[in-house]
Amino acid sequence: MAGLAARYPSFRHGIHPPEAKRDTCEAEIRQFPFAPALIVPLSQHAGKPSIPVVREGQEVVRGQVLARADGFMSVPQHAPVSGVVRRIALAPAISGRMTEAVYLEPFPGSSQEVPDGEGLDAESASPEEIVLAIQAAGIVGLGGAAFPTHVKLRPPDDRRIHTLMLNGVECEPYLTTDHRVMLEQSDDVHMGIRYLLKATGAGRAIIGIEANKLDAAERLRETAPADLPVETRVVTVKYPQGAEKMLITALLGSEVPSGGLPSDVGVVVINVATAAEIGRLLPRGRGIQERVVTITGPAVGKKGNYRIPIGTPLRFALGQVDVSDDVSRVFLGGPMMGQALSSLDVPITKGTSGFVAFTSKETGTRPQEYPCIRCAYCVDACPVFLNPSQLGLLAKNGEYAAMADEYRLMDCFECGSCTYVCPSHIPLVQRFRQAKAILREGRSKP
Amino acid sequence: MLVVTAAGALGGLALLLATGLVVANRRLYVEEDPRFDTVESMLPGTNCGACGFPGCRALAEALVTGEALPGKCTVSTEAGRAAIARYLGVDAGAEEARVARLACQGGSNVARRHAEYTGHPSCRGAALVAGGGKGCYWGCLGYGDCAEACDFDAIVMNEHGLPVVSEPLCTACGDCVEICPKDLFSIHAVSHRLWVACRNLEFGDDILEECQVGCTACGRCAADAPNLIRMQDNLPVVDYAGRHRSREPIERCPTGAIVWLEADGTVVKGDAARPVVRHTTLPVAPT
Repeated sequence: MAGLAARYPSFRHGIHPPEAKRDTCEAEIRQFPFAPALIVPLSQHAGKPSIPVVREGQEVVRGQVLARADGFMSVPQHAPVSGVVRRIALAPAISGRMTEAVYLEPFPGSSQEVPDGEGLDAESASPEEIVLAIQAAGIVGLGGAAFPTHVKLRPPDDRRIHTLMLNGVECEPYLTTDHRVMLEQSDDVHMGIRYLLKATGAGRAIIGIEANKLDAAERLRETAPADLPVETRVVTVKYPQGAEKMLITALLGSEVPSGGLPSDVGVVVINVATAAEIGRLLPRGRGIQERVVTITGPAVGKKGNYRIPIGTPLRFALGQVDVSDDVSRVFLGGPMMGQALSSLDVPITKGTSGFVAFTSKETGTRPQEYPCIRCAYCVDACPVFLNPSQLGLLAKNGEYAAMADEYRLMDCFECGSCTYVCPSHIPLVQRFRQAKAILREGRSKP
Repeated sequence: MLVVTAAGALGGLALLLATGLVVANRRLYVEEDPRFDTVESMLPGTNCGACGFPGCRALAEALVTGEALPGKCTVSTEAGRAAIARYLGVDAGAEEARVARLACQGGSNVARRHAEYTGHPSCRGAALVAGGGKGCYWGCLGYGDCAEACDFDAIVMNEHGLPVVSEPLCTACGDCVEICPKDLFSIHAVSHRLWVACRNLEFGDDILEECQVGCTACGRCAADAPNLIRMQDNLPVVDYAGRHRSREPIERCPTGAIVWLEADGTVVKGDAARPVVRHTTLPVAPT
């Protein structure tokens, strides 16, 4: 253990869940067909929903803007397919909430060509132009959080960014999208880095990759242009290494303060797939209309990595990959931080990094919860040094304010390591999510 | 010797501090209206907050100073309010009793579930996992967080997993309003008998796939009683400031989403409402 940790840098604490990436890590990215109907939600990102600019019945071309950004904390949505806007109505989102969405019906037999817009040259463009172009391309964090990328590039004025960090860790079990993107689109990643370095004013870029993807690290090193100040570093395989604060600790040794942002230590962290998308779209002046999604899990026949148009209903996607009839649970994201879905009518959005489908054999029944035996496994697992055991007891008693004020609940980023190691099967992270939801609600009320 | 010194020192200290306390008690005593205590003892003492004051003591002070009338306390009995009014020599004042009302009728026999939630059994927990698995996103999840939150046992879960509020027991304290993750409860005067028991914002018959008693936004109620009901966000809104003591709007409702609530708890639906025949739980239908 100590020998392993000495080889590659990492953070303290964390866990080692089974990686389960072997099924898809060698599967090349394949293009997905268009579904008979696509649903493009207007709120696929953290921030304000976009405002639709098309009418019902209007014909749209693939890549055309369907909805414009509502202010700086928002992004536009582009048509993933050439077709007709059937209606603009409520549609189920992954959170289970009903949100406004544009229903598109593709033209049958259309070439589905994407017209190029006005490209932006990385050398001559100003940082402001790049930030605006990234917003105009509708790019959000493709790692899963779907935070608008251009907002990250504009840190508070008193913060100077010295390092751009590219997150290619992908510590979530089962998912291999970033791995494949790094292997197959390494030039796009480097192009994206060029834009991002210019936009942030950072002097160097570091790509962080977990040691289970050495081939990707090798590829990125080989293809790096000589004039680009980029360095690829390998970090220990450990969950949640891909959390941006953990990655900064591993690569730079500095710690982001509690409640702070990476910009507090002069760093901006961008997912590699996001960088690849920036590098692919900006020179062509296009908007994002598809993304790479891993579809895997024991219930899936054709496991693999697919480039799927945004708005493709999950039911159609699962139909394409031969899902077993015995499928009992589908997770969006991975099994650690992902969400169980209640409906297969939800569309694939910009934040969808993968789906994992399980049969009843794997999911089974919930193990019985036993009282906390104070073993402190959770304390040793928590990457942000909280005391999950104590927090769990407080949550059970509804002492939400104490959780936040005395035990730093708000530092918890819900990685689930505590629940994973708990021998008493206490649903710790579930209780924390609930407590945080209650606290957020309380704060928003007058 | 050591024992004597210790006892002496501590005893002396105790005497000194006691003297200090006695002096402070005499010098700094705050004269308080003795009626505060009396009135407080006449109030129910549940500290429910339905009156809008932070607890019974605060209401007692407001009553004595004349800021409020005894009628504010909707929890005490008629006789109790009259007794306080007599004691203070004021008018009892009439405050209409209020109750919590639930805007959902989608029990397990009429509303579909698409997924089974097997996590921590609470509505708040379920709501965080993809909305809770109910076909209708807005509907009651039925894990009974409200019944648990109610300090007056006024809410019981019925056989279809819907909370039922007892009008006589409900004090309108608002705990259920606060706890419900779907915001289905609201506090209303008991005279508000015309009630829209649905919160789904979808337009059209699609909702009937998910829930037999959902509002389809057909607008018949608003057409029949245009002065009383208007449609907003695909739902009827009752103008309780107007003449709302009319059953006219419920008569033509095809699903029975707008109802008339009797004081004894019976729910009256219009003649056109499709009858609910199923009494067993609908199977989970994965979609």
